[in-house]
Amino acid sequence: MPRVSAATLLTAATLLSSPFVFGTAYAQNGDLVQMQSNSANVVMPTITYDNQRYSKLNKINTHNVGKLQVAWTFSTGVLRGHEGAPLVIGDVMYVHAPFPNTVFALDLSHDGKILWKYEPKQDPNVIPVMCCDTVNRGLAYADGKLFLHQADTALVALDAKTGKVVWSVKTGDPGKGETGTSAPMVVKDKVLVGVSGGEFGVRGWVTAYSVNDGKQIWRAYSEGPDSDLLVDPQKTTELGKPIGADSSLKSWQGDQWKIGGGDTWGWYSYDPKLNLIYYGTGNPSTWNPKQRPGDNKWSMAIFARDADTGMAKWVYQMTPHDQWDYDGVNEMILADQEIGGRMVPTLVHFDRNGLGYTLNRATGELLVAQKYDPAVNWTTGVDMNKNSQNYGRPSVVAKYAPGEQGEDVNTQGICPAALGTKDEQPAAYSPETKLFYVPTNHVCMDYEPFRVSYTAGQPYVGATLSMYPPSGQTNMGNFIAWDATKGKIVWSNPEQFSVWSGALATAGGVVFYGTLEGYLKAVDAKTGKELYKFKTPSGIIGNVITYEHRGKQYVAVLSGVGGWAGIGLAAGLTDPHAGLGAVGGYAALNNYTALGGTLTVFTLPSS
Amino acid sequence: MKKIVFAAAAAVMIIASAGASAATDGSGDPTAVKSDDGKWSDKDGTPTFKIEPDGTVDWYTYVGFNRYSSECLRCHGPDGMGSTYAPALMESMKRLSYTDFYAVVAGGKQNVSASQELVMPANGENKNVMCYIDAIYIYLRARADGAIGRGRPEKRAAKPGAYTKAEDECMG
Repeated sequence: MPRVSAATLLTAATLLSSPFVFGTAYAQNGDLVQMQSNSANVVMPTITYDNQRYSKLNKINTHNVGKLQVAWTFSTGVLRGHEGAPLVIGDVMYVHAPFPNTVFALDLSHDGKILWKYEPKQDPNVIPVMCCDTVNRGLAYADGKLFLHQADTALVALDAKTGKVVWSVKTGDPGKGETGTSAPMVVKDKVLVGVSGGEFGVRGWVTAYSVNDGKQIWRAYSEGPDSDLLVDPQKTTELGKPIGADSSLKSWQGDQWKIGGGDTWGWYSYDPKLNLIYYGTGNPSTWNPKQRPGDNKWSMAIFARDADTGMAKWVYQMTPHDQWDYDGVNEMILADQEIGGRMVPTLVHFDRNGLGYTLNRATGELLVAQKYDPAVNWTTGVDMNKNSQNYGRPSVVAKYAPGEQGEDVNTQGICPAALGTKDEQPAAYSPETKLFYVPTNHVCMDYEPFRVSYTAGQPYVGATLSMYPPSGQTNMGNFIAWDATKGKIVWSNPEQFSVWSGALATAGGVVFYGTLEGYLKAVDAKTGKELYKFKTPSGIIGNVITYEHRGKQYVAVLSGVGGWAGIGLAAGLTDPHAGLGAVGGYAALNNYTALGGTLTVFTLPSS
Repeated sequence: MKKIVFAAAAAVMIIASAGASAATDGSGDPTAVKSDDGKWSDKDGTPTFKIEPDGTVDWYTYVGFNRYSSECLRCHGPDGMGSTYAPALMESMKRLSYTDFYAVVAGGKQNVSASQELVMPANGENKNVMCYIDAIYIYLRARADGAIGRGRPEKRAAKPGAYTKAEDECMG
C-alpha cells in the first residue's frame, strides 16, 4: 500500500492557496483524479470517483480498532437530519448541514477550530416543498472552490480559503417543487447536479455547469423527447440494442411525462478511462400507477453518459412502470471483478427494489440481478434470457402489484417497503475481500393507490402506505456482505432499525457504519464480527469517512437523526396484520435518540 | 378546469389555543349526533367520526386515513404520531378546534427561529388536501380521542352517494 507522502499533501495545500494555477479543464481533471486516489484526503462526497468508499489507510485495523477513542466533536447547530459526510483537504475539513445549509471550514490542526462559516439566507418556504426532511448530502471540491447545492436550488461556488461566494446560479424553481438535496460531483471542468421533487411531479434532470463561472453546459432530462434526454436513438443502447426514436414519449400516456418525476437526487460515479458518468433516476409521478400507464421511461433507470457532452451511451430501466416508489437513485459502484474467468469492468448497484445488479459498465450488459434481502417478494426475479421478449425485466407478482390490484385497493404484505431494501445510504466495496458492504432496510408495506390532482408546487403523491417488518421478524435492518459476481449474501448482521448510514471499507480490514440509534460500529470485513461500537449524540444517517492528518488516521461521521428514517420510524412501526395486542410491538426510534447535528471524530490513543 | 378558491382569509396564525386545557378534543364533545348521508357531525355541527361497536368506521374517517397518509405523513409521520421534526397531530388535535385546524391547513404556519425552522405549507390551493379536509379532520379527531388505533381502519362503512358527487365536483 502506498503511504501518503508529504509531497502529496503539499500538492493539496498548494492547490488551496493558489486556485488559479490549475485553471484549465485538463489540469482540473488530472488533479481530482490524482487527489481522490490519496486516501489521506476526502475530496469528493463519494470519497473516490468509483464510489467504492474504500480507504487505503490501515493504521486503524482489526487488531486495534477496539481501542478507538473520540478525538474531538463539533456541533453544526442544526437539528434536522444530517446525511452525507465532510470533505477533508490537507489541514482543513469542510462540514455541511441540512437547511439552512451552513458550511464550516474547520482547522484540523486545532481540534476543529472554525476558519470560516457560510450561512445562506434562504426562503423558509422551501422547507415544506422538501419531501422527507431538509437533508443535504454534501459538498464537492475542485479548483480551490467548494460547490454546494442549496435547498432552494442555488448552486453556489465558495472560495475554499475564505468561504466567500465566487458564483451562484439557480438550477431550479422551488415554486414548482424543485429542491436541492444531493451532493454535486465535479468531473473535469464541470460540476454536475441533479434535482429532487419526485413527490411534487418534478421532471428530473442532470445538469453540468462550468466550474469556472457557473455557466450551464448541458442538461439531460430523464423523460421527454430525445432532444431533452440527450440520447441518440441509434447509438444509445439498452441491454445492447438501440433504444430507438421517442423511447421515453412512447412509454407515457399523453403529457404525463411533463410531471412524470424521474428525479436525480442520488450519487454520481465516473470512470476516467471510459469517460462515462453514471447515476440513477427516481420514481415516476404520481405514486398512483393507474394515472400513468406505460413503462414510464426513463424513470427508475441507470444512465451512462459521456462526461463532456452528456450524451447517453447506455441506459437500463430496472423497474418499468413502478408501483412501489422504488427510486433507482442509489449509488453506482465501479469495480473490476472476475466473472466467468475474465476481468469485467463492472458497475454494481443495490436498488431500492431489493435487487442487487451487476452490469458491464462499458456496454450496459446485465450480468447479475439477485435479491439482496430474502424478504423481497414483489418479483420472482429478472429475466436473464437474451432471446426473451422480457429480457432484463423483473417478473412482477400480481398480488404484490398495487397497479394491478387497482385504485382504492389496499395491497398487503409487499416487501420491500417504499423506502426500499436500501435507500440513498451508500454501500462500500473492498478490493481485498472482493465483497460489497451494504446497509439495508428490512421493512414491508401495504400500499393503496388513489386518484390525485396535480398543482404545481404541491405534493403529488396518490398513495397511502403502512410499513412494518417482515412477518415474524422484529429487526428492521441488516448490514450485509455481498458477492456481486454471484449475487449472494456472504454474511448478514441483523440491526434493530434500518441501517441508514453510508458504509466505509478500509485496508485495515475494518468496515464502519452507523446505526439509527446513534452507534458508530466497526466490524471485521471478513466475518462481520463486531469489533467496536460507540454511541454518538444522535441517530446516524450520515456516511462514515476516514482520513489522515499529521501521521494519524481518523474516522469521522455526522450524527443527527432525520430523513425518511426519522419520519417512518420515529414513533415505531406497527403490523396491521399481527392481530390485536401486537400493535406497537416494534421499537420506536424516539425511545433511543433525539435530534441534533454533531460530527464525531475518532482516533487511536497515542501510545 | 374550475378554479377553486378556498377561504384565504382563514390564513391567520394560530397560537396554540390555551382555552381547551381540560378537554382532550379541541372541538369539545365529539359524540356523533347527526348524519348527512354518511357524514357525521357533533352537537355543534362540527364534523366528527362515528365508530360502530364492531369497529366499523364511517366512510370519512377511512378516507381521512388515506388522505392523511398521502398528504401529511411525509412530515407528521404515520398515524398522526409525529416525526423527528413535525408535531404529532393526534396530540395537537387535543387543543385545536375545527376552525383552528382549517386555518393552519389552508394558510400554513411558520415557526422559524435561531434553533428550529418549522414550516407548514399553505394548502389552500391544494385540491388533494382541501377536497378532503373534513375527512382528514375527522380521522385526526378520532385518533386524538382514542376512538381508533394505529394503522388502516379494518372495517368501514360503504361509500355514500353524496361523497362521490362532492369529490368529483371538487377534484374536477
